[in-house]
Amino acid sequence: MFSSRKISLAACALLVAAGSLARAAEPGSFGYGKPATPAQIAGWDIDVRGEDGAGLPAGKGTVDRGAEVYAEQCAACHGTFGEGEGRFPKLVGGVGSLRDERPEPTVGSYWPFAPTLWDYINRAMPMPTPHTLSSDDVYALTAYILHLNDLVPPEFVADRNSLPKVKMRNRDSFIWTDPRPDTTAKPCMNACVNAADVRISSTAEGRNLTPRTTGPLDTMQPK
Amino acid sequence: MRPKQPRSNVILPDAGGSPARIGRRSLLGFGAALTGSLALGGRPAIADPSQESPPADAPWSQSMGAGVVDRPYGRPADSEASVIRRNVPWLTASTESSVSFSPLQDLHGIITPNGLFFERHHAGRPDIDPAQHKLMIHGLIERPLLLTMKDILRFPSTSRIHFIECPANGGMNWRAAQLNSLQFSHGMVSCAEWTGVKLSTLLEETGIKKEAKWAMVEGADGAHMNRSIPLDKCLDDCLVVYAQNGEALRPEQGYPLRLVVPGWEGNVNIKWLRRIKLGEKPWHTREETSKYTDLMPDGTSRGFTWLMDAKSVVTFPCPEKPLDGPGLYEIRGLAWAGTGKVKRVDVSVDGGINWQTARLHEPVLSKALTKFTLPWRWDGSPALVASRVIDEAGYVQPTIAELRKRRGSNSIYHNNSIQTWQVKPDGSVFNVQLA
Repeated sequence: MFSSRKISLAACALLVAAGSLARAAEPGSFGYGKPATPAQIAGWDIDVRGEDGAGLPAGKGTVDRGAEVYAEQCAACHGTFGEGEGRFPKLVGGVGSLRDERPEPTVGSYWPFAPTLWDYINRAMPMPTPHTLSSDDVYALTAYILHLNDLVPPEFVADRNSLPKVKMRNRDSFIWTDPRPDTTAKPCMNACVNAADVRISSTAEGRNLTPRTTGPLDTMQPK
Repeated sequence: MRPKQPRSNVILPDAGGSPARIGRRSLLGFGAALTGSLALGGRPAIADPSQESPPADAPWSQSMGAGVVDRPYGRPADSEASVIRRNVPWLTASTESSVSFSPLQDLHGIITPNGLFFERHHAGRPDIDPAQHKLMIHGLIERPLLLTMKDILRFPSTSRIHFIECPANGGMNWRAAQLNSLQFSHGMVSCAEWTGVKLSTLLEETGIKKEAKWAMVEGADGAHMNRSIPLDKCLDDCLVVYAQNGEALRPEQGYPLRLVVPGWEGNVNIKWLRRIKLGEKPWHTREETSKYTDLMPDGTSRGFTWLMDAKSVVTFPCPEKPLDGPGLYEIRGLAWAGTGKVKRVDVSVDGGINWQTARLHEPVLSKALTKFTLPWRWDGSPALVASRVIDEAGYVQPTIAELRKRRGSNSIYHNNSIQTWQVKPDGSVFNVQLA
């Protein structure tokens, strides 16, 4: 009796294992949800691949039209000529600055792929009402911003064929495989540094950068 | 047994004064043993917290508290009102595309309370109707699927504890020690128990075409935030989660659905997850080209630096929690590693000349915050307190000087260097960097 129970337990375990294995291997075995229809997918499928522009839709836009849309939709934050208002991002400039003390990464100096600009404007801009511009207007804005950065001539027309061909200045400066770990510290335990060499090189004391009134509670306190 | 007499008439702390005052004065003559008893005409002494003769009852010990469901959800004690997330107003152009920091100086464990989990939004926090929220899975799969929240909850569930850290955590310290605060220097890391479905389960349900190598994951926020993730990582340990520390996700953390990518930088853990698409190549989205890439001194940039390298920080003492005179203290801190478990943490109080191995507190979990402590007798002299973590792979947390040697100081992200706190003789604590 004892052994037969053991056997049946083993058989149960086998069945359970077989069941879960079969389930893992077979698509649709849970059967939850509904098939996404081609029409539904078309509505949701907004992504564009930066490298080759795969996913860019039909439509087109000129630099001139882009200037109009930009003045209306973008200039308040990004500045009339892409110089950026306040701390909102600059869209223009910084070319040749990436090795400087204060680099300025912008569309012109940093972005590696032009189709990514179309994708980002389309999905995330304008910030208060994202993903409300027409494809044509997104093409026009892309053309205008590329032109502000001297990447395309004034007569440039942006569309699914022209954008992937725009040569971005920083395209070849990215390394897409992570070289870390790039430090090789050893866990020394005793007399690791000469006491004379222990020197404070910078301190936050007296810098006055630490926020004092940053949360709802602090706002109520005297400054 | 006779029911007890209602006592509310004798315990009001401010019941006109005179009987209580007389009572207390008399009691002082009789000695401490009688304090608080009903000896004087059934009228207890009113407690005065400034009197230290025990037992001394505070007003809350001599009154009835609030009943159940007085606070149906609950909230921290009123006195903890300063334990909140905070932002740095000058750091970002607007609060909608910004970050808030978790108050690590007031947290005592490895789990971050849900209301204190750091925030990073790229287009503000959407408030989503879960009845309308859907997850679409399509691209290089066999069966394109549209799942409701109800559908997702039916799949086998998994719970795991993992940290999430923004790669810009510590970014303000790349150039120099700038903010004198643990909250602002390290508060973009938090840790929770996440519950949801393994992404591998969902992808097995849809079937994966053999050409698929990458996944594009996208949020339903205004940013339609999206990132590319290698399929191998998706199938390894990613979770599609709907719960955080046992309750539904907070809206700030992606309600009703988010991705958790254990050990990888925060922004790939897409919140408000609405779409997963498999493809052959990465997408090079704005958030993995223009942002979240690391600029090196030679002008090149590193992309796809997803891993959060091992890091640790002393959470006590810290600028917000100075020392209160010489004596015995417990140095406390947190350590974590995107590669797996924390293997060891060493602590120095002399600026890295000598180190002692700290005690790790259970549970020590893979890709989760780990607590460490070390007893320390402080003699009141100046000290430089720091911690150094070693992960399972043997990787040792570097100094800021070592990191700068490799990466300069313009890479914004992935500053996992050793944090040094300067303790002055008056016990005050400052954020410093050593040469």
